[in-house]
Amino acid sequence: MLELGTATSADLDTIVETVASSLNAEAMLRWPFGDDRFHERIRRHFAHYNGTVRHVADVAPPSFGKGVAFMWTRLGVRAAASVIGAAALMIGAAGTALACGGLIAPNGTISLTHTTTLAAYHDGVEHYITSFSYAGDASGDVGSIVPLPGVPINVIKGGDWTLQRLQLEVHPPSPIAGVASTAEASGAKVILRTTVDSLDITVLKGGALDVGTWASDHGFFLPPDAPEVLAFYAQRSPIFMAVKFDAERAAAQGVSQGEGTPVDVVIPTPHPWVPLRILTLGQDPRSLVQADVFLLTDRQPAMLPQAVQPARTSGQEGLIQRVSEPASASLLNDLRSDDRMSWVPQHMWFTFIDVNARAADLTHDLSIDASGFAHPDPVAAGYAISERFGEGTSLPTVPIVLAIVVTLAVLVEVRRHRGLVHP
Amino acid sequence: MNALRRALLSGLMLITLAPACTRAAAAPPGIRTVPITIHYSRFSRDTLVVAPGETVRFVVRNTDPIDHEFILGNQHVQNVHEAGTEPYHPPRPGETTVPAGTTQTTTYTFPDVATPLTFACHLPGHFAYGMHGDVRIES
Repeated sequence: MLELGTATSADLDTIVETVASSLNAEAMLRWPFGDDRFHERIRRHFAHYNGTVRHVADVAPPSFGKGVAFMWTRLGVRAAASVIGAAALMIGAAGTALACGGLIAPNGTISLTHTTTLAAYHDGVEHYITSFSYAGDASGDVGSIVPLPGVPINVIKGGDWTLQRLQLEVHPPSPIAGVASTAEASGAKVILRTTVDSLDITVLKGGALDVGTWASDHGFFLPPDAPEVLAFYAQRSPIFMAVKFDAERAAAQGVSQGEGTPVDVVIPTPHPWVPLRILTLGQDPRSLVQADVFLLTDRQPAMLPQAVQPARTSGQEGLIQRVSEPASASLLNDLRSDDRMSWVPQHMWFTFIDVNARAADLTHDLSIDASGFAHPDPVAAGYAISERFGEGTSLPTVPIVLAIVVTLAVLVEVRRHRGLVHP
Repeated sequence: MNALRRALLSGLMLITLAPACTRAAAAPPGIRTVPITIHYSRFSRDTLVVAPGETVRFVVRNTDPIDHEFILGNQHVQNVHEAGTEPYHPPRPGETTVPAGTTQTTTYTFPDVATPLTFACHLPGHFAYGMHGDVRIES
């Protein structure tokens, strides 16, 4: 672990104000919590942190997980940024070592964290693995909605530390370191319900209006750009996944606030893609969207839009291809040894895309062709809408695109937010 | 809970707006009807020109899956609603909540003199997202 700085209890007020100020414009976080709770949450988080401020990305992963008390901060940034997506579908931060940002430096500056996701494509099946973590109070006031490009055949708990291991691959530490079929009143059809630890997961089929209405009816808060973003995805695939955090169950399970729960969404699809536009949800167009997207494919993939090579200068923006190489045996062996990850084959191509782009520039998704023909589908990237993706198409004939994700940062208890912010 | 709230809200609106709607349906020729559509959290128009003293019936259609509102008034009115204390806005002329997928009406009589007026949605983040427009009172 690299210590980037140490704060004392005397710095608490400064930290709280700095964090609150930094997030002030990001109403997504303030709405559900309210001003008083907003500050209190920051204070509580840092107060129990015993003063040590560190960069979570520098935490060596083998213990993966628990105990890094930066959860709240990263949740705040993340939720505020409303970037959940392609990369991570989460409202808060990913599991401990998932995010590679979340830095509060000694001088009090704060930077947005990354979200992390793995899209592994093998034998026509996509494993989309990301992590959800929430920090709502005991009443359980947070959740997420994730547009899905296709119907998942399974939604299970993901590997315990798969995402952390991937981060470790590209950010090595320093040497010291249940099925239902219920028509809802809103028009959205529930096609799958399941639970993963403290998460209640519902897969929905419906258009943007149906799903948005369903979400509102079930207590999810949708930001003002949600209708357009929902429509953007619904045109290609009317499948969405709503994830709600059950705080009481989490407490009973001993899950601490902010602890990430990895979820593996298994989707058969001929065209894997990773949604990127969703990362801009609720964002100021000028804000910087950051996410780590890992790809594991049978062959070297072709992508649309094309990722650029890393520049020698710092501050490079865009989709930056940091790694493209055969996955090392050690990486694949490690991943395969994780719980529920035995499906990882012996040989795969490993790609790491560093998303570092202005929200206004992230207008499309990342289409991937790992067939060897190097023809990523422009429709899957959102450049054009084909009839085959029309909402009127019956599901069995829909070429299920992989991909997923996103997140409409969502915060439950609309009444509360209305009452507090727009009473 | 939200569905219940929406149902109660709609019922309340029906009760409160019914008389106005009835009057509007039989509105005298002097009352102009202005349709406004909300789509992707944007109003279909960003400016509106009215005559001094004109009475306008606004028919506001929300095509989005999220709630919106239509608040017409001067800067003071907008400020009140931006930091407001009312969860919903049926009763006053020029102010109405427009639940997802619904159409609501509100009738407003403009002042006789040129006055800067704005129509907007003040749900959290919506004004900043661009949900506002200007009204010009011109002879």
